[in-house]
Amino acid sequence: MSGKALTDVERIKAKSRYLRGTIAESLADPLTGALAEDDTQVSKFHGFYQQDDRDLRSERKRQRLEPAYSFMIRARIPAGVCTPAQWLSMDRLARHHANGTIRLTTRQAIQLHGVIKRDLKATIAAINASLLDTLAACGDVNRNVMAPPLPALSAIHRDVRADAERLSAHLTPATRAYHELWLDGEKVGGADAEPIYGETYLPRKFKTGFVVPPQNDTDVFTQDLGFIAISRGNELLGYNVTVGGGMGMSHGEPETYPRLGDVLGFCERDQMLAVAEAVVTTQRDFGDRSNRKHGRLKYTIDDRGIDWFRGEVESRSGIELQESRPFAFAGNGDVYGWQRSDDGRWHYTLFVQNGRVLDDEGRELLSGLRAIAEAHDGEFRLTPNQNLIISDVADADKAGIDRLLHEFGIANDEQATPLRLHSLACVALPTCALAMAESERYLPSLVDRLEAELAAAGLGNDPITIRMTGCPNGCARPYIAEIGLVGKGPGTYNLYLGASFAGDRLGSLYLDNADETAIVATLSELFRRYAAERDAGERFGDFLIRSGRVREIRAGRHFHEEPAGA
Amino acid sequence: MSTLAAGSIALPLADEQLQRVSDAVAGLSPAQLQWVSGYIAGLSAGPAAQAQVEPESGKTLTILYGSQTGNGEGVAAALAARAGELGFTAALCSLADYRHASLKRESLAVFVVSTHGEGDPPDDAELFHEFLLSPRAPQLPGLRYAVLALGDSSYVNFCQTGRELDARLEQLGAGRLLPIVECDVDFEADAESWSDRVAAGLPEWLDAPPAAPRLRAVDTAVRFGKENPFAATVLLNQKITARGSSKDVRHVELSLEGSGLASEPGDALAVLASNPPQLVEQLLKYLGANPDDDVRLGDETVRLRDVLAHRLEITAASVGFVRAWSAASGAAELERLLEDGRQAELVDFMDTHQVIDILRRFPADVEAANFVSMLRKLSPRSYSIASSPRANPDEVHLTVAAVRYQAFGSEHWGAASTHIVDRIEEGGTLSVYVEPNSRFRLPADDATDIIMIGPGTGVAPFRGFVEERAERGASGRNWLFFGDRNFSTDFLYQIEWQQRLKLGQLHRLDVAFSRDQARKVYVQDRIRERGAEVYEWLENGAVIYVCGDAKRMAGDVDAALVDVIAAGAGVDRAAAEHRVRELRRDGRYRRDVY
Ligand code: SRM
Ligand SMILES: Cc1cc2nc3c(=O)[nH]c(=O)nc-3n(C[C@H](O)[C@H](O)[C@H](O)COP(=O)(O)OP(=O)(O)OC[C@H]3O[C@@H](n4cnc5c(N)ncnc54)[C@H](O)[C@@H]3O)c2cc1C
Ligand SMILES: Cc1cc2nc3c(=O)[nH]c(=O)nc-3n(C[C@H](O)[C@H](O)[C@H](O)COP(=O)(O)O)c2cc1C
Ligand code: SF4
Repeated sequence: MSGKALTDVERIKAKSRYLRGTIAESLADPLTGALAEDDTQVSKFHGFYQQDDRDLRSERKRQRLEPAYSFMIRARIPAGVCTPAQWLSMDRLARHHANGTIRLTTRQAIQLHGVIKRDLKATIAAINASLLDTLAACGDVNRNVMAPPLPALSAIHRDVRADAERLSAHLTPATRAYHELWLDGEKVGGADAEPIYGETYLPRKFKTGFVVPPQNDTDVFTQDLGFIAISRGNELLGYNVTVGGGMGMSHGEPETYPRLGDVLGFCERDQMLAVAEAVVTTQRDFGDRSNRKHGRLKYTIDDRGIDWFRGEVESRSGIELQESRPFAFAGNGDVYGWQRSDDGRWHYTLFVQNGRVLDDEGRELLSGLRAIAEAHDGEFRLTPNQNLIISDVADADKAGIDRLLHEFGIANDEQATPLRLHSLACVALPTCALAMAESERYLPSLVDRLEAELAAAGLGNDPITIRMTGCPNGCARPYIAEIGLVGKGPGTYNLYLGASFAGDRLGSLYLDNADETAIVATLSELFRRYAAERDAGERFGDFLIRSGRVREIRAGRHFHEEPAGA
Repeated sequence: MSTLAAGSIALPLADEQLQRVSDAVAGLSPAQLQWVSGYIAGLSAGPAAQAQVEPESGKTLTILYGSQTGNGEGVAAALAARAGELGFTAALCSLADYRHASLKRESLAVFVVSTHGEGDPPDDAELFHEFLLSPRAPQLPGLRYAVLALGDSSYVNFCQTGRELDARLEQLGAGRLLPIVECDVDFEADAESWSDRVAAGLPEWLDAPPAAPRLRAVDTAVRFGKENPFAATVLLNQKITARGSSKDVRHVELSLEGSGLASEPGDALAVLASNPPQLVEQLLKYLGANPDDDVRLGDETVRLRDVLAHRLEITAASVGFVRAWSAASGAAELERLLEDGRQAELVDFMDTHQVIDILRRFPADVEAANFVSMLRKLSPRSYSIASSPRANPDEVHLTVAAVRYQAFGSEHWGAASTHIVDRIEEGGTLSVYVEPNSRFRLPADDATDIIMIGPGTGVAPFRGFVEERAERGASGRNWLFFGDRNFSTDFLYQIEWQQRLKLGQLHRLDVAFSRDQARKVYVQDRIRERGAEVYEWLENGAVIYVCGDAKRMAGDVDAALVDVIAAGAGVDRAAAEHRVRELRRDGRYRRDVY
């Protein structure tokens, strides 16, 4: 990509002095609730985004007031594991400094929304005081490392979680800027360094996830870098390495597309860190820094070829990757309700609609989880499907947790039907600056309507995955949902169909720019066909492909070719 | 002293000013022009020159005025013109520019002086007032005098400054020519008859028949005024406090097109409003009266409902009303409040009790006609003009805070503010006229720095100032101190200020939001924090302007400025206070507080 002008973000990173920018000055400016423009890029590396309440934007403009700026803070939680004490601390911050809600993300992290500038420092400091942090939760670095949330399930899960934490620590930026700004750390100024990233970090965000078959809950094929655990009995042998996954695209720009990762080969467990670092530095050196929409690893690989990429990784790591090992996935959802692990402890996977923890009439999630956190001494685990696991419960305590779940009206049986339990929606309006349509605020009511259609078709108990995003960036990974809805404009969505239940096949465009009426009518018809014509045990997405109603997408770069249609 | 007006008038003139001058002299006879040229020569001599000219003892009527919002100044100027017209020599001088030592050589002086604050003198009379009431004041056996006091009977210390002056002059041995006349807010008629008596007395008092009759200065005043307000169309009524704010502040744009009304930055717009209809209904119900009954109002007969809705003050209570209602109700608590020495309590009572609250707390069976006779005429309300006429010809912008609150278990409304905010639609009209405020002008010299202190709606005139200075390309720097309750909801005109800063038209902006943190922070705290720089600006000739709340803010800011000067100059409090008074006298510390 040499010769092309670098993006503005590259300029900002380069002069940021290892992520300091002018954030300190921006925080001190009392005339605006915003940061200086360049700092809004630097801030992401520290784990927070400048946003404004889009519901109020035009009203405030007429009021001669600047937008209602506030910040979304993302706490990084490798593998989604946190203690009840940490939960209580986030709960307190949510109520005192944020909008009174906690948002569980599709990457097992926690977001707070609506934190105003003057509360930023106190909030970030408090998050750190609870031994979580926000550094590298966003920005052009390796993001929160995902891993199956229930390490207790088996020895394999425990080992994978340990590896995820090791990798997370290895790829965390080394800059002292974070400590200087938020934790009153000593100023080291220019003496800083970034051994892996260098001064300008990566060309674009970078995402890593581990997975333990047969559950593909972390959607490993959507990660830039994925590790599929390969085991024999209770022994973790190593990983199949996947590279080049990613969801984001832009409407009307066919050179952008979602892409599933390629399996690059197998590495031994103790080679994992070296392989990961080689993947990261290859992307660091070859990723496109002249175009943010072409900066992800998936394009680097498609531009140069997977064999070139493998060669680069092998020579940088000094490791020759082995032939990949066989594996199979059954689904990418969560297993709800109580499960018992091999050590005899109990774990309750709680459905949290769209990850939003708040108190609603009759359904007090925020208060309920606070009560449970106060009573509970195990762990809280965040799942890749925006849910929460109350983990490590002793036999004797199980009934108590159950009682609290019902007392606050939040137990799964009180809210959930199969479609809803397999639904995800991204945040979108009113906080997300990029949203083109509603998502989190809208999907629940659409699910109501679709559930009625499913019931009418006699499919009331058949799980189907449905995911919605407010724009084509794909934060809820909609292109691998059996029903994918991607916002195009207010009230209208592109409908993608034909993805697999296990998250290993992309959907394809079925309806363009459709409103609710068209979406419901179309799906209702397809539900009836599915009910009537499916093979035994056949999934909705598989049925649509087999019956020829939907074209199969075999590679991301073909995503936009020839429109599909009924 | 030969000048007819005080203050430094900007010369050379801007185009628009030049236009006004030439309009003013158009069609004058040679004799008239000669008079005007003398008038103007006097003006150009400036205040310094005025102070040095000794009175021609025995031959001159000295007219001294202390006026904050220009009412008294207008009366005094008219009297001077009239004396000139009658062939007498009149010297018109603001008390700010008057040399105190000259007083013992005066033989005939009349004083027109208003009262402000809580019974305080207007800013321009402050030093004179202090001097006269101090032991330093000389005996004045040679002086004969008369006092016209302006005030507002809804204040407890009605016409206090005038009364003090009148009494003190007598004590110093001066001879009172006329009993003091105390004017209420509708001062015009009383002022006119007092002026008549002064004019009538002049031949005798000056003991000299007039020489050739002189001519009256041409009246350049606008056609539209209090008696003849202009119906201005409301172009915009936009709430500028955000959801969740404890206040409802509006940005109001009015069209003055076709009115010929001219204003200068710093002027106010007077609005003649009607009363809240809900309150009218409450009163009618209380009185149990037929709204269609006729009642007497002066010489007129008017329907009761109309009187209450449009003619009389039914929101804010006056001392007169409290007195009358105390008599009618026989309420012991009211009687007690009216006793001498309880003024602070009375002020507090009137600040917190509207007329209806007094009726409800102290019931009495009063006939509608009797009730009407207890009320004062509905007076116009002033709103600082928040726009530059140069940038917005034919428009004025206002920043109006709606007075709406809960008290005694019921909803309350301010009359004019809710009239503007709630009862006039965009496209509707408001009755207005311009209220010039020559005390609150931008420096004539555009290179002078200004410091503007305007929390809350006090920021209104400064929006006009900054716009005007930007329009003029003024080279002086502009520094604004703004404050309000909450940053996110109450930062009035936030994006405009941000834009002006970016464009280099506003040079500094310091803000204080009192309710965003545990410790309350106000503009005076910011002034202290920036004390060294404020002092530096002052030393560099900056003019300070303060606008907004009179009850607490103005005093707190004043105290902060004393601190800043004490620290900056390394002097004690007393010396710093003196510096502050000097700044006021020199027109470098100007206030428009309400
Ligand atoms: C919270 C979350 C969605 C959720 O409902 O949980 C989210 C929310 C946002 N994403 Fe995302 N993304 C989230 C997971 C994802 C995923 C899923 C994943 O990583 O598994 C994707 C697709 C995978 C991928 O990266 O391709 C994703 C792809 C994007 C993109 C497109 C990236 C691309 O290269 O194509 C953007 C926009 C961008 O980066 O330019 C984006 C940008 C954003 C921002 C920060 C909007 C912005 O840049 O101004 C959204 C903040 C909204 C808000 O108000 O909170 N988000 N985002 C997820 C937070 C994950 C975390 O904890 O780190
Ligand atoms: C020179 C000058 C400039 C001004 N500029 C502006 C300006 O730019 N913007 C602006 O908004 N105003 C300005 N004002 C104030 C304005 O003129 C009015 O006084 C104000 O709008 C209230 O008038 P009103 O008719 O609505 O209320 P009124 O009908 O006069 O009612 C006021 C009465 O209500 C009662 N009251 C009010 N608030 C409370 C409360 N919280 N608790 C208990 N009792 C209460 C008090 O008894 C008070 O006397 C200015 C005033 C002056 C003198
Ligand atoms: C903020 C403020 C405070 C006032 N305080 C008093 C007062 O205490 N006593 C009084 O009699 N009049 C008071 N008045 C009324 C003025 O004296 C009255 O409006 C007078 O006409 C003003 O004359 P001027 O324009 O010459 O200053 C006050 C007016 C304002 C605006
Ligand atoms: S998918 Fe788009 S709308 Fe939804 S959170 Fe991500 S960036 Fe925002």
